[in-house]
Amino acid sequence: MQAYLDQLIQGGAFAGMPREVVYAIGMLLAAFIVLSAFVAPLAGVTSWLERRVWARMQSRVGPNRVGPQGILQWLADGIKNLLKEDIIPTAADKKLFSLAPYIVFMGFLCAFVVIPFGGHLIVADLNIGILYILAVTSLVVVGILMAGWASNNKWSLLGGMRSAAQIISYEIPAGVSVLMIVFLAGTLSMQGIIKGQGWAPWDWYLFHNPFTFAGFFLYFTAALAEGNRTPFDIPEAESELVAGYVTEYSGMRFLFFFFAEWGNLYVIGAVATTLFLGGWQVPPLAIFENSPMLLAVAQFVTFFLKAYLWVFVAMWIRATLPRVRVDQLMSLCWKYMVPLSFICLLGTVAFMFVPADGQRITSAAMFGLGVAITIIFFLRVGFQIRQAKPELYFKPHI
Amino acid sequence: MEISTAVFYLIALITVGSAAVVTFSRNIIYSAFSLLGTFAGVAGLYIFLGADFVAGVQLLIYVGGILVLILFAVMLTHRITDVEITNRAAGRIPALVIVGVFLALLIQTVRETPWVKVKEVAYQPTTAKIGDLFLENYLLPFELASLVLLAAMIGAVVLSRKEIKE
Repeated sequence: MQAYLDQLIQGGAFAGMPREVVYAIGMLLAAFIVLSAFVAPLAGVTSWLERRVWARMQSRVGPNRVGPQGILQWLADGIKNLLKEDIIPTAADKKLFSLAPYIVFMGFLCAFVVIPFGGHLIVADLNIGILYILAVTSLVVVGILMAGWASNNKWSLLGGMRSAAQIISYEIPAGVSVLMIVFLAGTLSMQGIIKGQGWAPWDWYLFHNPFTFAGFFLYFTAALAEGNRTPFDIPEAESELVAGYVTEYSGMRFLFFFFAEWGNLYVIGAVATTLFLGGWQVPPLAIFENSPMLLAVAQFVTFFLKAYLWVFVAMWIRATLPRVRVDQLMSLCWKYMVPLSFICLLGTVAFMFVPADGQRITSAAMFGLGVAITIIFFLRVGFQIRQAKPELYFKPHI
Repeated sequence: MEISTAVFYLIALITVGSAAVVTFSRNIIYSAFSLLGTFAGVAGLYIFLGADFVAGVQLLIYVGGILVLILFAVMLTHRITDVEITNRAAGRIPALVIVGVFLALLIQTVRETPWVKVKEVAYQPTTAKIGDLFLENYLLPFELASLVLLAAMIGAVVLSRKEIKE
């Protein structure tokens, strides 16, 4: 980003303007483009796709009226929410009530600064990339607590407290899993972590050793819990808390919370892709040699698809699993995931002393194991579908 | 005025302004939430000093950990709305003396330090250097701090543990 601006300045594109002004305008422009051209459609389409996928998995139809297959549903929802009256309850704390959605939104949007969509397609490759993501997402907790408190509602407060307790608990296994990869890569920078991996799956940190393989699942589970996703969505459990900390919110402020939630899903997938799945690495084909544009597109598509796969998995989990109880949630984190993540961390450190030949053999073996697990999983799913007693409806769209 | 100077003053204003709200607000919830501005502002000042790792950790530990704990403590306090003013027991004169001494100390530090204005701040990766220093020159303080934290953690577990009577 900065390199690109420097190039433009060298080319005399902004003659007579101070360098700092150009940088400031560039930053604002980048933020605007990321927000309006990428994050907003992404969160919107995810919200539509989630309802659609979820409905298909439960033999329902889902939103299919607005546009072809209902793909414009998110625009209709957005316009509807914009036009709604912005209701602030009389008993609510007005200042904090209005401020809370922005803090949640800021916490999630700041993460997009360091997400590497391609070799050069990144807003800023900070030295502390992954630490920065962990740091700015902790702003979300404060916003949620603020929303819960300011609503002056029992359910909101309980939801906010639950959410905050959950997020700060699951930050530990997530952080330790991230630390594993930081040890292997020897850097905190997102691009540095990706460059430590290769395009081939056996060069990914996911298959580096058995401990990182386990660490990936620990990270993904903990990240789901941090994003308040099912099966860990007790802060918004409809059967207990109405809608948790968003109970009193309506219109656009309500939408901000859900915007952040759906966008956050993509951030989870992007971070998992960066850390474990080789990021934007593409095979060094001959056609990429001469056209950097094609290479950039291939890298972006690779990264986007890998990250979106995990968004889809999160939808899948939401459609199939029931939610856990509060005490189960806490015991899962503190009694199982925290000790497991520390074991994985120590295992990874020990594994770094294994000679390079041994590491290569382990990677190949782990990759074989991964492939075997995937094959068994799909065989199993296929078996279930064939053996299902009720007539299944396979027509993909209605 | 350069933009970076303007941004510096903005961050300083946010830091000091929210610190003032923390101190003077009669509503303890406002005080607690204003700490967000103070902590984030201090992280911004660290970035101006080129200390990116410290800034990240400042946000992670102070906003993600300590502020949330403070909020929990405040929200779980009994009859939170009745809290009119904070601690009055100490009295004003001792407080004035302490503030005066601290202010004198700060002014002395500012005057004694030889300030240098760096032309162009180079944002070097600081993380590895911090790690090296912790494991070489500052190993003993580092281990001592870990020991203190461990003791505090065990203390918290002992305090919160339910006593089981046979």
